[in-house]
Amino acid sequence: MIVKLLSGDKPRSAVLTAVLLVILICLAGAPFIFDGVRPLDTAARICIFILLVASYDLLLGYGGIVSFAHTMFFGLGAYGVALASTHMGRGFDALLAGSLAGALAAVVLALLIGLFSLRVRAIFFAMITLAVASAVAVLVSQFSGITGGEDGLTYKIPRVLTSANRMGEFLGTRITGKTLNYYLVFFASLILFLLLLRIVNSPFGRVLQAIRENDFRAEAIGYRVVWYRTAATCLSAAAAALAGSLFAIWLRYVGPDTTLSFEIMLDILLMVVIGGMGTMYGAVIGAALFILAQTYLQNLMGSASEATAGLPLIPDLLNPNRWLMWLGILFILSVYFFPSGIVGRLRQRRAS
Amino acid sequence: MSDPILSLQAVHTDIAQYHILQGVDLEVPRGQVTMLLGRNGVGKTTTLKTIMGQWTAKSGKILYDGQDITRLPVSARARGGIGFVPEDMGIFSDLTVEENMLLGCTSGPLDSARKEWLLGAFPALGTFWNSEAGNLSGGQKQMLSIARAMAEDRQLYLIDEPTKGLAPAIVSTMAQALRELKGQGASILLVEQNFSVARALGDSAAVMDDGRVIWTGPMAELAENKDLQERLMGLSMEAH
Repeated sequence: MIVKLLSGDKPRSAVLTAVLLVILICLAGAPFIFDGVRPLDTAARICIFILLVASYDLLLGYGGIVSFAHTMFFGLGAYGVALASTHMGRGFDALLAGSLAGALAAVVLALLIGLFSLRVRAIFFAMITLAVASAVAVLVSQFSGITGGEDGLTYKIPRVLTSANRMGEFLGTRITGKTLNYYLVFFASLILFLLLLRIVNSPFGRVLQAIRENDFRAEAIGYRVVWYRTAATCLSAAAAALAGSLFAIWLRYVGPDTTLSFEIMLDILLMVVIGGMGTMYGAVIGAALFILAQTYLQNLMGSASEATAGLPLIPDLLNPNRWLMWLGILFILSVYFFPSGIVGRLRQRRAS
Repeated sequence: MSDPILSLQAVHTDIAQYHILQGVDLEVPRGQVTMLLGRNGVGKTTTLKTIMGQWTAKSGKILYDGQDITRLPVSARARGGIGFVPEDMGIFSDLTVEENMLLGCTSGPLDSARKEWLLGAFPALGTFWNSEAGNLSGGQKQMLSIARAMAEDRQLYLIDEPTKGLAPAIVSTMAQALRELKGQGASILLVEQNFSVARALGDSAAVMDDGRVIWTGPMAELAENKDLQERLMGLSMEAH
């Protein structure tokens, strides 16, 4: 049953299985295991980024396609929900219509970019995605009458998904609409992740891997490489847009910085590389580690800085403002020691 | 020669600024093994790659099964029934042997009788069926490359030096498999430097020099005539 759910793609490492289980249990029970708003917000972000990073892994890890437009698709999904909720009023119909419209817009845009640029060399595709993503980000900030510009949009979601909806207590935890909202994000991310896992383990996924390794050989066997690459781009864009929709439902706010910025694109790249490209499970490890570091590294460094206050230089180095430097060092170390990502490394250990 | 499966008419191919094929005329009869011979660097591999579409012919015509395929995309040529085994094998090393074989079937699942035949011809593939292809030895990779091309029934096989650098035991396995493929009525255009394999398999031969076909005739005639071999290829094939 579980193997079937995972499409036969088992973690293939005892340590990896254990880590994945811990992450799954923590995310599944987050409202009951952790107290407060911040841990729940972090858990929701991890769920959403697992989906977003997995959708990028389909493109980069399985298809060998470097794209810089992934946050654009993420943003399209988020703005779809925001605009639908703004214009249609709060309601599940607005969330559904916004999500579908965002995903559809992402697929159409991905199709256009793919058909125009996937025939050319990989570097040109990457540059075209970068140009289109930058253009969309500029358009979103310029058309402030529609998108809210740099300020973004704040909107209402169905009351049943907000903290105002009090539903009593369960296992000593107060259950509110926010808890329901979290489980909407959790289960939607989980289902879409399993769907992506199914796609990469299907004959379609095998052809993508073959194309990544040697596109001419795949073509010479009889596969239309451009068609497969375009299809992968569209599927990946749709999944990213749905992740964006979930983010918008969770935050009740969208803005260029939270959904369209190039910094998020770099974060996605780092998460894929740290977790392990072409593994899908790498997205889970990469997103969980990265977002935990992003959220708690500053706190950890603050405590460490205070604890070493009497020592020379060290408190300065551990100053919370330097957290990006330490994240950078962590990234360099992880690439140096785990060139095939954490998942790749764990699987190698098992193989050896 | 009536109704060949493949016919090249005055095919010219450039690679970057180099004019490699300089008017190749070649016919591959149906159901026969045609050996493409010649010294290194005369354009044998470029001929196969031009037929497959990796290099586009600058001029001339390539007719396959009566149809002009000169401008067709590579994948359309493959789906039309041409199987290509390149010299560098081109296996997908991150995928398992099974996955490589399944990729060879573009129109459906791997036929069980065909699988049985291929695993009988190349037993090593059965042993490493679930292993990553990148972990196979050179000979096993070559077997996989050929078996993958044979995974589906193709009308024409273009095979580039399948026995190059292989141990004698593997060469005989390979030759036997090609013999069986020939026995099934497949048409094969084979570049092969191993003379005993070429003599055993070839029905006809085409010898190339300087980007052109300079001689065509029965393989047996070339195999028996050392003077002809010296004249055409600058060496006696018996020495190889």
